[in-house]
Amino acid sequence: MMDSTSIISYVTFIFGIAAFFYAIGWIFKSKTAGRLGTAAMVIATAGNAAGFVLRWVETYQVGYGHIPLSNLYESLAFFSMAMGVVYLFVEYRYKIRVIGMFAALAAFLALAYASLPSIGSQIQPLMPALQSNWLIVHVISYFFGYAALTLAFCVSILFLIKNASQNPDSGILGHIPSVKVLDELTYQLVIFGFLLITLGLITGAVWAEQAWGRYWGWDPKETWSLITWFIYATLLHARLMRGWEGKRLAYISVLGFAAVLFTYFGVNLLPGLHSYL
Amino acid sequence: MNNNIQSVNLSDRIWNFFASVKLSVILLLTLALTSVIGTLIPQHKQASQYLQQYGEFWHGIFQTLKFYDMYGSWWFQLLLALLMVNIVVCSIDRLSTTWKIIFPEKPVYRADRFKKSASHKSFQTGETPENLQKPLNDYMNAHFRHCRVETMKNGYRIYGEKGRWTRLGAYIIHLSILLLALGVLISSLFGYEGHMNLPVGDTANTMKLRHSDARVGLDFSLRCDDFSVQHYPSGMPKEYRSELAIIENDEVVEKRSLIVNSPIRYKGFNIFQSTYGRIPGETFTLIFTDNTSGLQISKKASMGEELALPGGKGKITVEDYSNNFNFRGHNLGPTYLSMLTPSSGNPRPLILPVEHPNFDRMRQGEFTINVDNVDYRYFTGLQISRDPGIPVVYTSFVIMIFGFLITFYMAHRQICIEARRSDGKSTSITVSGISPNRRPGVNIAVNRVAGKIERIIQQHKNT
Ligand code: HEM
Repeated sequence: MMDSTSIISYVTFIFGIAAFFYAIGWIFKSKTAGRLGTAAMVIATAGNAAGFVLRWVETYQVGYGHIPLSNLYESLAFFSMAMGVVYLFVEYRYKIRVIGMFAALAAFLALAYASLPSIGSQIQPLMPALQSNWLIVHVISYFFGYAALTLAFCVSILFLIKNASQNPDSGILGHIPSVKVLDELTYQLVIFGFLLITLGLITGAVWAEQAWGRYWGWDPKETWSLITWFIYATLLHARLMRGWEGKRLAYISVLGFAAVLFTYFGVNLLPGLHSYL
Repeated sequence: MNNNIQSVNLSDRIWNFFASVKLSVILLLTLALTSVIGTLIPQHKQASQYLQQYGEFWHGIFQTLKFYDMYGSWWFQLLLALLMVNIVVCSIDRLSTTWKIIFPEKPVYRADRFKKSASHKSFQTGETPENLQKPLNDYMNAHFRHCRVETMKNGYRIYGEKGRWTRLGAYIIHLSILLLALGVLISSLFGYEGHMNLPVGDTANTMKLRHSDARVGLDFSLRCDDFSVQHYPSGMPKEYRSELAIIENDEVVEKRSLIVNSPIRYKGFNIFQSTYGRIPGETFTLIFTDNTSGLQISKKASMGEELALPGGKGKITVEDYSNNFNFRGHNLGPTYLSMLTPSSGNPRPLILPVEHPNFDRMRQGEFTINVDNVDYRYFTGLQISRDPGIPVVYTSFVIMIFGFLITFYMAHRQICIEARRSDGKSTSITVSGISPNRRPGVNIAVNRVAGKIERIIQQHKNT
């Protein structure tokens, strides 16, 4: 029988195929290619979910028994699944396929990164501090939130490109929805992501209180999640200011995404700190 | 007089300064940017370490700017305080307007605004407008508030709205943030935290405060009945478990197991499994190895007991124990400290590291002495805290989530159903909607209403 790691490597490949079809669909405005992209995306996401469930079973088989959200490999694999789910929901709801290429590419890159030998895909036992149901809610909230904010970033980039173009309605840029639609989509994705990272911040605080006796300690990972949160709160308020629609909001969305990336990957590079994920 | 006007202007200006969203955008961005500093510069380290790392010049600057305790520095706290003032003033400033919108006598419906709205859905039906008026009216009255009918030449419009109160969502969020700030303030003013090392079998009712040498008492005593560590097959720790008894007035009131991530909460104190360690038991064996013959003699001993050396060569008393004994810069680990009194000559101290049985050979005496069969006792390291801010903080969390759900996923909406006779008996129905405070998602609401109305008309036809 296949193990979860090999399922995940097939899934990586299928996300790559999805990105390819979405790109063809976009460039040539081909509905068929777009549909193939969606099909590949659905298969990849479902496969990713199957890999997740299988790995969960495997943790029991090796005698540890915990939800597979405990190290970088597992979190990257969960991120790509969340990406697939959030994107497919957006596609279904908004009937927009052009960001499919970005979503599939992001999932592909996350999984390709996860498959590097240095990441280590072994199943590891859970240290006592991580054995908490709050941790599960915390991680799930964050990764769905991050998926939404990653998509928001992609939409913002499209927005900036389209907005800067001399003739935004011709060529492949013409296949992108109007800047107004992109602007609203960014907002919808940001509020969804913001809600989830708030939930992640809150459950993280409750968990930290249970594990270490304090709900907030300004440790770098905590602080960086708060920084990210401040940036997206800025974005929501900037919308209320006259003249801050569109371009400047897109810049804040890009800045927020940079903070997300740093919170996820960069914090481990900071001095004097041991991080689990 | 002049003075008066000026002061009114000044206070107005201060008010307007704090009432602006622009200020909150600036503050939020500043907080985000400055928070970065404390993650780049390690906090609360020794001055010498900083000096070595940054050099004298930068060390001086960083110290002046309070970068070593950044989140506790006056200027960072000031930024947070300004944000709170900003929220309060901004909310008060807008609340009266919002209140008037939420509770007007009658809403104003203007047909042209619905016409301009991008959210429409139309369909045809074979019934006359008159026939449909009652079911449409009933539907609107059941699902919307402040409904009103407006008659036209060849039909009518029915208006309705809902979700006005959701405009309070943002205020609920801001209130929750103020409550959060209050909770954090309570935590920092009235909360404290300490540590207690409790050997298995012992009872204690004081702990050492964090960042100080002071000890404070608890309202009860704790006795540790057992401590155990479980490992995974790989050797990694799986569980630390203390069996604790809570004692009041010499009576055990409760027995509880304490593991990581599942603290004991008792009478406002929170007890966490934090560390553990071993301390030596009262009894052990001393082994005397004759350095010429290699002959070994072992004797059972206990702390403080005087023991005769073999062959009447003097006596030895084990007096003390250290978990991490430092000998000329080397950590010898668990070590007994004893006093050797030869039959002739002065007493001299003797170091007996448990993990280095040959250590005493260095002394080049007649015997090499080492310790064995040490009967260790575990102690559990408990972290104990009292934080009256927690309930307030957690309440703010719950309110915040509700505030977000209301603000983001509910909206103030107005719906208009227009029924117009198109030709002969058939009617053209148009559903349109607007969101007075420009919330997204109107389209979806319009489609939903249109779908329901189509079904209602269908039912009406069938009966
Ligand atoms: C960390 C602090 C804050 C958070 C998390 C927060 C959160 C929010 C959120 C989520 C919204 C809804 C935005 C939307 O509808 O898209 C909002 C609206 C608003 N916020 Fe804040 N806010 C914060 C601080 C402030 C401050 C300091 C001010 C002071 C000026 C402020 C003023 C406003 C205003 C005026 C609105 C619009 C209310 C309305 O739509 O009627 N906020 N806030």
